[in-house]
Amino acid sequence: MPVWPDSRKGWPDVFSYPPDLFDLPVYGLASAQKQAMLDELLQSLSAHHYAHCQAYRQLVDCNPFDFSSAPSPGQLPVATRLFKDLELASIEQTEVFRQMRSSGTSGQASKITLDGPSAKRQSQVLVKILQSWLGKQRRPMLLIDAPSTVKKAGAMTARAAGLQGLSFFGRHHCYALDDEMQLDVDKVQAFFTEHGEQPVLIFGFTFIVWQQFIQAMISQGLTVNLTNAILIHGGGWKKMQEQAVTDEQFKATIRQTLGNVSVHDYYGMVEQTGTIYMQCEHGHLHTPVWSDVLIRDPADLSVVENGETGLIQVNSVLPTSYPGHCILTEDLGTIIGEDDCACGRLGKYFKVHGRVPKAQVKGCSDTFV
Amino acid sequence: MDTQQKLQQAFSDALGIPPEKVIDGLTYNTIPEWDSTAHMVLIAELENVFDVMLDTDDIIDMSSVAQAKLILQKYDVSFA
Repeated sequence: MPVWPDSRKGWPDVFSYPPDLFDLPVYGLASAQKQAMLDELLQSLSAHHYAHCQAYRQLVDCNPFDFSSAPSPGQLPVATRLFKDLELASIEQTEVFRQMRSSGTSGQASKITLDGPSAKRQSQVLVKILQSWLGKQRRPMLLIDAPSTVKKAGAMTARAAGLQGLSFFGRHHCYALDDEMQLDVDKVQAFFTEHGEQPVLIFGFTFIVWQQFIQAMISQGLTVNLTNAILIHGGGWKKMQEQAVTDEQFKATIRQTLGNVSVHDYYGMVEQTGTIYMQCEHGHLHTPVWSDVLIRDPADLSVVENGETGLIQVNSVLPTSYPGHCILTEDLGTIIGEDDCACGRLGKYFKVHGRVPKAQVKGCSDTFV
Repeated sequence: MDTQQKLQQAFSDALGIPPEKVIDGLTYNTIPEWDSTAHMVLIAELENVFDVMLDTDDIIDMSSVAQAKLILQKYDVSFA
């Protein structure tokens, strides 16, 4: 039997966001205020998805769980695995605008169902987050991928979504790889000749940047001396760890090859597209105001203290079309602190150590081989 | 060509649709031709045609033809 609070009847059937929510400073809200905001919104999102998604309702009903009295860290997280096994949607088929999937080449891909407003909200928030790192001006942009990656038919992959989302920040877009994922030397050299003196934006998935771009530049003896570039990369370190490449080595090699480049990793996943956790100059991943990160003990799923390592749970106020507001990932991480990073940004900051051992390998952006 | 015609032509060229389909009410993501990839082509086209530099807010806000006019007006492009 579900444990229903009496007040359930009073919940509005249509979830709505407080006005100005998306105008909040991205890293400017201190813990108490942020938690109060998240508690309220995440709880209403649980109620919204309970009302509109049968599978979510059944999951909640399996547990003696009362989300009306649970604070946001206590909201029942949905394991990422379930987005592969089930089609979890809180909208009617007729409202589906796009389905996103992780680009896993083996095993099942996660399927995320978006309506128009959700897709728009994701773009808006991605832009807000990135504006706080890049400013509003667009830069000449080098995309470390093949043009065909974004042109594939069917559901949009995480990689394509990343390339398209980031391309809002670029102009004179240049794809550095050809459709066989090999370095397109002429194009890249022409791009650097024309724009190398400007604040260039480079974007790509970590392993592709490393393997297909930087290693190819090195093996062909190519270097360039960029004066003021920024590289944003993400998608995971699994393949990098297999090759024993650390974040420090990655950054050092980028600078040896490309010149003055500020390098920022990010953490994010297709289940919460739009929300990305950017790495600051001190090497920490930062939680934007619309999301939260919790660490749970893999043994009993209890929330652990800051400084302890466990499974990463990501909470986001964005998902309304699918029950992805609280997600338990298969990644291991550690929260380092909250509101007191030396870079000055407020919110929790953390590190990701990689996929939990023995987990069924989750398809994600770095599965290119 | 007046600015209205230039705007219609720019949308038509960037999205690959006939100029007469470019009306104020035409909205981003409501026709297959105006998706996020075409949106960046459109932005580049508008920048070329009207000699402006649009920022990321403009790209996000440019959700319709009517909205495009409002944004271009910020950059002193006038539509009679």
